[in-house]
Amino acid sequence: MKRRTLSALAVAACLAGCTVTPWVQPYERGWLADSLMSASRDPLSDKVLQHVHDVREGARGATVAEGGGCGCN
Amino acid sequence: MRLQLKTLAHALWVALAGLFAAPARGAVLPADRADLMYHYYNGGGTKVDGPALLVRKGFGESVSAYASYFVDSVSCASIDVVTTASPFKEKRTEYGGGVDYLYRNTTLGVSAMRSTEPDYKTNTVGLSVTHEVFEGLTTVGLGYAESHADVGKSHTDFSDHADRYQYKLGVSQVVTRSVLATVNYEANLESGYLQSPYRSARLLGLSVPEVYPRARDGYAVALGVVKGFGPDDGQLKGSAYLRYRYFWDTWDIRAQTVEAGYARRLDERWLVEPRLRHYRQSAASFYADNFTSQMVYMARDRELSDFTNNALGLRASYQLFDNRFGLSRASLNLDYELVRYHYNNFTDVRTGQLYSYQANVIQMFLSGWF
Repeated sequence: MKRRTLSALAVAACLAGCTVTPWVQPYERGWLADSLMSASRDPLSDKVLQHVHDVREGARGATVAEGGGCGCN
Repeated sequence: MRLQLKTLAHALWVALAGLFAAPARGAVLPADRADLMYHYYNGGGTKVDGPALLVRKGFGESVSAYASYFVDSVSCASIDVVTTASPFKEKRTEYGGGVDYLYRNTTLGVSAMRSTEPDYKTNTVGLSVTHEVFEGLTTVGLGYAESHADVGKSHTDFSDHADRYQYKLGVSQVVTRSVLATVNYEANLESGYLQSPYRSARLLGLSVPEVYPRARDGYAVALGVVKGFGPDDGQLKGSAYLRYRYFWDTWDIRAQTVEAGYARRLDERWLVEPRLRHYRQSAASFYADNFTSQMVYMARDRELSDFTNNALGLRASYQLFDNRFGLSRASLNLDYELVRYHYNNFTDVRTGQLYSYQANVIQMFLSGWF
């Protein structure tokens, strides 16, 4: 356990110290900031739609939205 | 497996904590926004509708809070109900809220949710952290949530509980100035009463009580890519996405989901987004349409059977105005989805044929940004 924690800290320290030359410069990120590039542009709508699927399917998780409740029926 | 997962989650949290020392960049909080919705589902004898509300507001430059309200009014005469019980009506109400705190290029979030039905009450709390690294080109996210549910059965003294522990890990990567890629992993560890007290299995054609295992571990990995389109020196005109998810669990269910969509700005006011979704899964190991001998675990929930569904959807948004009524902008949105379900080993006992049905899912909502 202690060994894993130390390994994780070492990886974190390495990542924190890394510097990269960004291949997409900040002034080139206008499109990336546009809502059309968002994974969930309408969070309430996505959540409701995901709930519709979750309660009728065996799989769940790793989606852009979250639901809740029992959903039996 | 559960111990390994918890150890891994602990190590990841420690690793992310170490990353706080990374240089600050331009992480941002979600926009201030309110959505008011009416949602409707009708299919397979079940009708569900109700209002939904989500409001998010920032406080200063570092804090953003949200509150949500959601109602499902259910009128159910589904195939399970009409063949084994009586149609019923019930209402589910869900309240949620959360706070996100932005510190340099890290966002910390806490959330809580309560869902109430006459026979099922759930409380959920969650923690999340996202952090930008590599000059903002990579965003790493971690999430943890736990839910505790009290399960009952109407008009009886039956009482039990169910618990769920959820672990999430996600990475979003800028590939080019118009391409974003994501990888998400999620584990759901569930224990307790995981079945419905109203449903029954079939043994040699006779109804018998269902019995589920009292533990289930489910895992999902999803890959996604979004590509933007537009003139080199102008505004984005459209975007297309493709997502794939693979799910597996300790009940032997394997499922695959593929989703694709294309959003297009038609002019200054109209945005339309057609989409497709395909889902397929294999049956749980203890599922059977009609058992031929008594087993320790027995289920006939069609959600655990071998089936596919295909959905065709369209969302249209119309921008109503700019800078009026205290809002920077507002839009009216309509979303429609047609879903067809085909069950490969679930029989409609009324006809003796394999069961299938289609559902209509409609959302109408107003969105305002302030």
